[in-house]
Amino acid sequence: MPALGADTEQGSVVEWLVKPGDCVHRGDMVAVVDTEKADIDVESFEEGVVAELLVEVGTTVLVGAPLARITQTPAAEVEPTVPTTSAPAPALARAVPVPGFVSPPMRQLAHRLGIDTDALHGTGKHGALTRADVEQAAAALSTAEQPPARHRPPAEQPSAPAVTPLTVRRVRSSPLARRVAKSLGVDLAVVPGTGAGGAVTEADVRNVTTAPPVAEPAAAPVIAPTAGPTAGPTAAPTDAAERAAGLLRAIGSLMARSKKTIPHYYLSTTLDLRAALAWMEQYNSARPIAERLVPAALLPKASALAARDVPEVNDFFTEGSFQPSAAVHLSVAVAVRRGGLVAPAPHDADTLPLEVLMKQLRDLVSRARGGRFLARINELLQNPEEL
Amino acid sequence: MTEQTEQEARAAVYAAIRQVAPDVDTDDLDEGARLRQDLELDSLDFLRLIKTIHEATGVDIPERDYAVVTTVRVLITYVALHG
Repeated sequence: MPALGADTEQGSVVEWLVKPGDCVHRGDMVAVVDTEKADIDVESFEEGVVAELLVEVGTTVLVGAPLARITQTPAAEVEPTVPTTSAPAPALARAVPVPGFVSPPMRQLAHRLGIDTDALHGTGKHGALTRADVEQAAAALSTAEQPPARHRPPAEQPSAPAVTPLTVRRVRSSPLARRVAKSLGVDLAVVPGTGAGGAVTEADVRNVTTAPPVAEPAAAPVIAPTAGPTAGPTAAPTDAAERAAGLLRAIGSLMARSKKTIPHYYLSTTLDLRAALAWMEQYNSARPIAERLVPAALLPKASALAARDVPEVNDFFTEGSFQPSAAVHLSVAVAVRRGGLVAPAPHDADTLPLEVLMKQLRDLVSRARGGRFLARINELLQNPEEL
Repeated sequence: MTEQTEQEARAAVYAAIRQVAPDVDTDDLDEGARLRQDLELDSLDFLRLIKTIHEATGVDIPERDYAVVTTVRVLITYVALHG
């Protein structure tokens, strides 16, 4: 169980995205962990085969407890490698969005079928990879070779038949959606998800109970208490209040630590944005909504370029001296609805084309606003000196 | 603009608001509410909102009209008129 915040002492596994016998690469998401602050996607920082899941879904364990055992691909056994260290990690300050095009279930499916998602063009929203895209690629590949064999786990590992992944739908869902689904007796696997990465939301669950599964959310009533526009979520207000309190506690603790250990200075300037905005308007006018830019993407890009050009403002203060950083990882503060703040950092923002940065921002904002984002835990745990 | 068009536009706008801002209760929404200030949609939320509406209704709101659709009511009317 990785430390997901300075004062996080425990977390519970809400979903496993892998099973024994699965091949994982560095950076693959392996589990969703519930903390006070949010549901966090946990990445593997080893390559190998999942030998054993050590923690059952729903179980809460202390930070540092092993979650799974991963063996290296050919033979060598390596002891627990999924996040096990108890090094405190301000994960939230460094959470990084994954480019939005491959949702975790599709990544897993593609992975199991031996498909390289980088080589595929998604046909879903924002170019997202859909199940059909992956299956089509798998079908095309299987005419040439037997793709599942490429990632076959060692023979002694229990492994599902290669066709199983096609019929098993791994469901991403919010904790609230799961509670509601449970109380209504709804099987999440049959609920079409409309949330980030195809995640099933509470509204999706309620829609299924009130309308055919194919109905547009617009057509289905949403059961909600009557309250003002800024009212809390539709169920379990106490729970929501607790989460909000936990979020603020985590933010306070992280900020206090950051202020204590990192020299702070502030630069500001006034820019004439007319040329930039005129350019952006021109750029946007020829593009569909999904590809349009907003000024909130231009400014971070400009800041990243400035940090690259003036490395003196992009360095670490360690052991009494300033060390320039080779890369520009740009932290962007995003307000969380109902209170709070998260600051994920798109990596190498200076080199990202504007449209890619815009995509990442769009993705991270929708995750952050919905209380979900990905923590680059492995990186934090491997580079504790950066903390 | 028929009554039905407006109802459809309202349903699409409400659904999009619920998706982008799940904490907003559309059952009890003051349609005079301003999207930015009252519903606290930022520019990326707004983009998601009009994209969701576009997918549901086919109504594209070009950037030059962003400044026009300030409130929930204006947005519904805009969608109804352009649908």
